[in-house]
Order: sequence, then structure tokens, then C-alpha cells
Amino acid sequence: MLTIRLENLIKRYGDVQVLHGIDLEMADNEFTVLVGPSGCGKSTTLRMIAGLEEVSEGEIFVDGKPVSHLEPKDRDLAMVFQDYALYPHMNVAQNISFALRLARRPKAEIEKKVREVADTVGLTEFLARKPGALSGGQRQRVAMARALAKDSGIFLFDEPLSNLDAKLRGQMRAELALMSQRVQKNMIYVTHDQIEAMTLADRIVVMHGGYIQQQGTPEELFKRPVNKFVAGFMGMPPMNFLDGEIVEHDGGVFVKGDGFDVQLIGEKAAKAQKHNSKQITLGIRPSDLAFEADAEPARALKLDVEVSEYVGAQSVLLCKCGPARVMVEVNSQTPVALGQTLTFAIDPGGVHLFDRNTEVAL
Amino acid sequence: MRTAMANRLTPYMFMAPAIVIMALALMYPLGYMIWGSFRDWNPSQTIGEAEFVGLKNYITLWGDPNFHESLGVTLRFAFFVVSIEMVLGVGLALLLDRDIRGISVLRTMFILPMMIAPVVVGLMWRYMYHPTVGTFNRFLDGIGLPTVDWLGQHALMSIIIADIWQWTPFIFILSLAALQSLPRSALEAARIDGATAWQQVIHIKLPLMMPVLIVTGLLRLIDAFKVLEVILVMTEGGPGLSTEILALRISRTATEFRELGVAAAMSNYLLILLLLLTVAMFAFNRWQETRAARVQALVEEDD
Repeated sequence: MLTIRLENLIKRYGDVQVLHGIDLEMADNEFTVLVGPSGCGKSTTLRMIAGLEEVSEGEIFVDGKPVSHLEPKDRDLAMVFQDYALYPHMNVAQNISFALRLARRPKAEIEKKVREVADTVGLTEFLARKPGALSGGQRQRVAMARALAKDSGIFLFDEPLSNLDAKLRGQMRAELALMSQRVQKNMIYVTHDQIEAMTLADRIVVMHGGYIQQQGTPEELFKRPVNKFVAGFMGMPPMNFLDGEIVEHDGGVFVKGDGFDVQLIGEKAAKAQKHNSKQITLGIRPSDLAFEADAEPARALKLDVEVSEYVGAQSVLLCKCGPARVMVEVNSQTPVALGQTLTFAIDPGGVHLFDRNTEVAL
Repeated sequence: MRTAMANRLTPYMFMAPAIVIMALALMYPLGYMIWGSFRDWNPSQTIGEAEFVGLKNYITLWGDPNFHESLGVTLRFAFFVVSIEMVLGVGLALLLDRDIRGISVLRTMFILPMMIAPVVVGLMWRYMYHPTVGTFNRFLDGIGLPTVDWLGQHALMSIIIADIWQWTPFIFILSLAALQSLPRSALEAARIDGATAWQQVIHIKLPLMMPVLIVTGLLRLIDAFKVLEVILVMTEGGPGLSTEILALRISRTATEFRELGVAAAMSNYLLILLLLLTVAMFAFNRWQETRAARVQALVEEDD
């Protein structure tokens, strides 16, 4: 069992506090993704786990033992950097074997390991090349191979795919997912890309402003975001937000705003009724809206279609609902003409409510 | 047609003033010196009156033990000075490449010696080395140690120390610049891979700094062969010929021995030596560029 536990982790640079008490527990063999916008503290957290940044307050426990006073080399971890951080003067084989050579392992063992790892990531024919003579994707593989060769208990990834072009990124993402299944290790992965987070993670930790906003499985975060930030951050295209008020009429509970009046049903209605503030934000994902000309008005939005972005099987319609912009994901076959006002039915399970002031989900 | 012609000539027109100045200030005196080195020429004669003696000056020098001695002093001086300065300069850079309070003041102080005029440096050290009232001997005497005959018995060592004091900063600032441009993340990766501070220096920092260090070393070597003022002021080449480096011997041959032809021939020997070093430096740069180009070609091949 190799668990990692962060306890009230705080980081200050001078007077500026960038991490405000991070508490996090990562189980053995878990793939944890820290995700958030730039400056949210995710990389700092990772670098503190790695030992590259000092811990201002709090403690990091690996296997129950505090490690924050240890040098990076004594923490049993391997790391893949955003810019790969290869040693430019060493060839691929030397890069991969650097840690093993420092540890003075027997030569035969090192050679075997290098061949094995190079084979895993498909670098065998490039072993004699220097990093300068490799393409971006190949460098990325070297970085990965170097981390694998170390055989550490913990794998850290600091935005490893963000320097690659879109196509290669998708490919490497798939390879990473495969690798994480094969190599059963603790993996902590930092990214600002929520798609990477969704596809790779056993557990996602969403960070913002130096705080953990929410943690859970990709599905939990997608279906039950705890606040407006998480709701807006996870999912592509992002969730639509419409400001409105809770009103009761015709024997039902409604969210009424500029250009819409949507009835809440079931649990949501009860929650909205009990909520102390009437000022509310209605959240609906683009995929939870469906074109339906004769939908019941209380369960639908009337939208002015302004732009249609064709992306293959799906199209994303950019619409207007009163002053607010609303995106709708529809099948490309849907007959839509720009400039029309159309009715879109709301999936009852896809209604999210947030307090407008605190932005917390109801 | 006419505009095309004018366009082609424009760059040459812009370069013309520089070429004229180069010709007057560099090529003419150089040619004059080479021409003079084939003559038995004394300062009271014009170059036209001097007798043409062919390669005699060069041959005489080739067999002249004093010239050998002087060349030997120069080589020894350059070797010790450059190797010690490299070790100290790079070492200091490795030590001071960190963020601690007041580091920028410290760095500025380290490079001060380089900014002092060589003659002043020579005078300063001459006073400090003075056998009775000099700083060093007064200090040694003060703590009860025997005094050292700095500019007598140990003249070569003393001028080497002075030169190291003045020029270590040059290597220091260039090494520091090289160090600070190293990829930070590669060093972090090395820390995670288990490298101690020493291993980082040996396996990562020094190899990555090497191109800069080689050029820096060659630049210092070229400079060390030409040093004159500091030694002239401190020892005037003495005692005996113990500190008479080539530049000094050339100046004395011309002024004291009044043999302009021999001095010119000696200058040419020195010039050839320096040219070899310069060519070595260019060759090194060239080699690096072609290697970079080859690597680039490999990458493009793959894409």
C-alpha cells in the first residue's frame, strides 16, 4: 500500500499565499488528476509533492511517513515535465538510464532496463540520438521512458502533453491511458485541459484560486458539480448559465429570467423552494438541450440561433436567450436555419441550480 | 537596369567607409610590419634605407636562446593563468548561481578588478608586493611568518597571481551567464533522478556549459599571450628574463636594442601563434554549427 496524503498544505511566496490548506488523500495505484485554470495552484501542489518547492506549512505523508523534509531523490518518485526536461547532451539511452547509472546499478541490468523501457514506448531505433534530433512526440516518449526506467512508486506528470500539437496530444493521451493500466502505480497528473482530466483520471481534483473546489470521479464532477466554477470548468462545450429568479405560479416552482420561464420538478423544485435566496443561476449543459418544435413551454427554452458550428457528427449552435448566450449541441442532421427562433426541450435531469451570490449548487 | 545595378552596389557603398578605415588602420601597419621584418632596420633609418636581409631575422630568432626563454615564459604564463582562472571563475559561478540576499552586490564587486586600467593594476600590485613596505610582507611579518621575495625570487608566480586577480571575473561573468541560461527543468529532473549537488555539476551543468567555456578559455588564452602593461609596470620583465613575456621582449627589442626588423619578425611569430588560436576558435564554432545543422536535418527527415 502506497498512499499519499496531503495535510493542510500551504504555500507562500513572500507575503502572497498561493495555496490555502490543501487536504487530499490518494489511494494506492490511483490515477489522480489535478485540474484547474492557470495559477490555481495545481502545479505548485505537484512540485511540493516532488520536493522541488518547499512546503510553507502542513505536511505530505507517503505511506504514513512525513516526507516534506526529504530531498526529491529520497522520495521514491519519477516525474515527467511539461518541457520534457531531457538532458540535451546525452543521447536517448543515456537519458533513460541516468537515474540507474547514478544509483550504480550493474551495467547488464541497466542495459536490459533501457531496452525494455525503450521498447514499451517505441523508441528502440532512436536510442543513440540526442534529444535535439528528435521530434516533439519522440521527446515526450523519452521523458516518459526515463520516468518508467526509474521504477518509482509515484509518478508525477506536470502538464506533459501541453507542448504537443492537437493530433499528437490525442494520441499520446490514449497511450498514457494504456500505460497507466499496465503500470500499476500512484500517478498524479496536472493539467489545465479538462478533457485530459476526464479521460485519464480515476479521480479528478478541481482546483481554483489555491483551494480544492471538488474532488471525485469524472462522472461525479460532470453530473453533480458542487459549484458554478466546477460546473463551468468541466465539460466541453461549457455549461450554459442563465440568471433568474425563483417564482411560484400555476401551482409550480419556476426559474424566471429574461426570455425564459422554466418549471422545476421533483427534488430540484423542493430545494429551490426551501432556498433562502430567490436570486439564482440556472445551469444547463449544451448536450442537455434537444431540438423539439412542439416541446412544452415550461420545459423548454426558446432560442434565437445565431451561428452554427459544424464539427462533424455534432453541430454546436450559438444562440441567444434574452441577453444571455446559450450553446446547444445537436445532431448535424437537425435542420436549422440561422436567424430562426427555435424551441429546445430541456432534459429534466440536466437542470443545475446555483445560488447567484455564493455560486454554490443547490 | 540602372536601378538593379545601383541596388547591387548599395551594400558595398555602405561598407566602404569601414573598409577604408580597416585598410588604413589595420592592413597598412600590418603590411608595414611584415615588410619591415625582412629588413635590417634601425629606428634612425626610413624603411626604404634599411637593407633587405630576407628571412635572416626569423632564422636568428629561431636559434636565439633569449627568444626561446621569452616564448617559454609566455607559454607558462598563459597556461597557468588560463587554467587557474578557468577553475576559479567557473567555481565561483557555480557557487554564486543562487538567490540569496545581496547576491547582486556581491557579483558586481567580483567583476570590479576587470574594470581597472591594467597600468593601475600593475602599480597597485607592485606596491602590495614591495619587499619591505608592501601589504603582503607587512602582513606576513605581522603574524610572525617569514617574508617572501615576491617580485624577485617568485616574480613569475607573482605576476600570475596579479593576472588571476584581474581576469578571473571575466570567466566568472561568462560562466554565470551560461549557468543561468541552462534549462531549469533539466536540473530539476536530475534532482529527481537522484543526482547530488556535485553530480548535477559534473553530469549536467559542466557538460552543458562546455561550449561557452571553450570559447571563453580561448579568448583568455589569446589575451594572455598579449599581456604587457601589468608586467611592464610590475617587473619590467625581470629579474633576468624570468618574467619577460613576448610582448615585453618585442617592445624592448624595438626601443632598447633598436632592432626594428627583429622586433617585427618576433611580432609576426606571435601573430602566427594567435592566428592559430583564433582559427581554432572559429573552427570550434563552425564545428558546432555544422553539427546543429546536421541534427536539424535529422529532425526534418523524421517529420
